[in-house]
Amino acid sequence: MNPRLARILINGLLLGATAVALLPLLWMLSVSFMSPGEASSLPPPLLPTHPTLGNYRALFAQAGMGRYLVNSLLVSSAITVLSLASNLMAGYAFAKLRFAGRERLFQALIGALVIPAQVAMLPLFLLLKYLGLVDSYAGVIVPGMATIFGIYLVRQYARGVPDELLEAARIDGAGEWRIFRQIVLPLLKPIMVTLAIFTFLAAWNDFMWPLIVLTGQEHYTLPIALASLAREHAQDSELMMAGSVITVLPVLLLFLALQRYYLEGLLLGSVKG
Amino acid sequence: MNPHRTAWLFLMPALLVLGIFFLLPVIAALGLSLTDYDLYALANIHNLRFVGLHNYWALLHRPLFWTALGNTFYFVAVGVPLSIGTSLASALLLNSPLARFKPFFRTALFAPVVTTVVAVAVIWRYLFNTKYGLVNYGLSEIGLDPIDWLGNPHWAMPTIIAFAVWKNFGYNMIIILAGLQAIPPELYEAARIDGASAPRQFWHITLPMLRPTMLMVTILTVAGYFQLFAEPYVMTEGGPLQSTMSVLYLMYEDGFKWWNLGVASAVAFTLFAIIFAVTMLLLWFARRGERAEGGRG
Repeated sequence: MNPRLARILINGLLLGATAVALLPLLWMLSVSFMSPGEASSLPPPLLPTHPTLGNYRALFAQAGMGRYLVNSLLVSSAITVLSLASNLMAGYAFAKLRFAGRERLFQALIGALVIPAQVAMLPLFLLLKYLGLVDSYAGVIVPGMATIFGIYLVRQYARGVPDELLEAARIDGAGEWRIFRQIVLPLLKPIMVTLAIFTFLAAWNDFMWPLIVLTGQEHYTLPIALASLAREHAQDSELMMAGSVITVLPVLLLFLALQRYYLEGLLLGSVKG
Repeated sequence: MNPHRTAWLFLMPALLVLGIFFLLPVIAALGLSLTDYDLYALANIHNLRFVGLHNYWALLHRPLFWTALGNTFYFVAVGVPLSIGTSLASALLLNSPLARFKPFFRTALFAPVVTTVVAVAVIWRYLFNTKYGLVNYGLSEIGLDPIDWLGNPHWAMPTIIAFAVWKNFGYNMIIILAGLQAIPPELYEAARIDGASAPRQFWHITLPMLRPTMLMVTILTVAGYFQLFAEPYVMTEGGPLQSTMSVLYLMYEDGFKWWNLGVASAVAFTLFAIIFAVTMLLLWFARRGERAEGGRG
C-alpha cells in the first residue's frame, strides 16, 4: 500500500477509536453542567446553553454525596494501606526468606486464584454478621486486607533484591525486622507505588461486595450510592451525570498522574507465574 | 531468631486474612450448598437441614437458572471474541511505526478501563435511551428507526456486550501491545527479504509469536466475563423478560434478596465449576494446537 495512504488510514482509525473511547466520558462531563431537563430534548444538546453547578450543589446538599465521597476515600485508603502492609511482608517472605514448604504454599496460593471471589461471599456475609461487622466500614475493608495478586506481584519484584545485601546486614547483626524496614522496603518502592494505585482503584470501583455488606445508606461508597440514586432518579440525567463525574474523576485523575506505575503493574501481573 | 519463625511471622497477617476471609468461606460455601439455609435458618440455626445434592438437582430443573446460564454463555461467547478482537486491532494500530501521538492514543484508549463500572453504565443508559439518547438520534439522522436498546429483549444483551467491550478492551490492548513489542524485529526483516507481504507476515510471524499472550488474555477474559453482574444490575436489572439475567445476578438475588443462602451457594459453586471446566478446555485446546504445530514443523 502507498505509505501515505497507510499513515492516514492508521491514524484515522486510531482517532476514531479514541473518539469512541472518550466521547461517553466527555458527554457525561458536559451534561453534568446542564440545567435539569435540558438533556432530554431533541436534538440532544452536546453542550450546556447556560453551564451551571446546580446538579453538583443538589447532590452535595440533598443527596449526601459528600458523605459517600468521604466513605469511598476512607474505605479505599484503609484497604490500600492495610493490604499493602500485609502483601509486602508476605511477598518478601516468599521471595527471600527460607522456610519449609515455601514453594508448595506459594503454588497453592496461585492455584487459589482460579476461585472466583463471589464463591466466598455468601458465607463471608454470615461470618461478618456473626462478628457484627455487617453495614460497617470494617465489613468492606476486612476481606480486602490481603490479596493473592498483591503477594504475587511483590514476590516477583522482591526476587530481584540481592541476597548478599541481606546476608551482609545479618552478619552486621541487624534484626530481620530492621532489614525489612531499612533495606528491603526502600528497594521495593516502585512496586509499592504500583500496588498502591492498583489496590486503591480496585477498592474504589468495587461494587458487588460493598453492595452486599452495606445494608444501610450511612456507609455507602460512591458506586453503591450511585446505583441506588440511578434507580430513584432514572429521569434526571443531568443529576446522574454529575454523580458519575464525582465517582469517576478521582480515579481517572489518579490514573493519569501515576499512569506509568499502573501500566507496569498490569504487565507484571499478567506474566505467567 | 530462628529463620523459619521469622518467615512465618512475615507471612502471618496475609495468611490469616486470606484464610479467615477467603479460604474458610469458600469451604463453608461448599457445605452451605448442601443445606437448605434460608431466612428461617438465618433467624434460628436449628432450622437448618442437610439436603445433600438437592440444591444442585433442583437447579437443573429450574428454568430461570437455564435462562441465566444461557445469557451468561451468550455474553461470554460474543463478548470475549469482540473484546479481544478490538484489543488486538487497537494494539496493532498502536504498534505500527506509522502511528503518531502514541502515548496520547494509548492513554485515551485505556481510560475506560479505570472508570467505575456503575458510573459509566449509567452514562450508557442515557446514551442508549430510546427517546433522547444520542445513539438513536444518530440512527434517525441516517434515516433508521429508533431501537429500544435496553427495553427490547433482543437488544438488551447486545447493548451490554457493546458496553463491556468499550469498558474493557484497553486492558488486553496493553498486554497484547507488550507482546507485539517483544517480537524480535529480525523476524520481520528476514521475512521482508524473502518478499513476504504484510498479511503473510502477520499470519506467519505475528500471530504465532503472540500465541502465549493471546492464550493468557483469553483465559483471563473468559473467567472475568463469566462473572457478569454490575452491568445488568445497573443497566437493566436483569430484564427485560430476564434477557440479561446472569448467573451471578441469580446468585445475588437468591442469596441476598430472598435469603436462600443454600440455593445461592449451589449457584455459586456451579458457576465456579463451569469457569474451571472452560479454562481447562481452553488450555487443552492450546496444548493440542501446539503439538499439531510442532508436528508440522
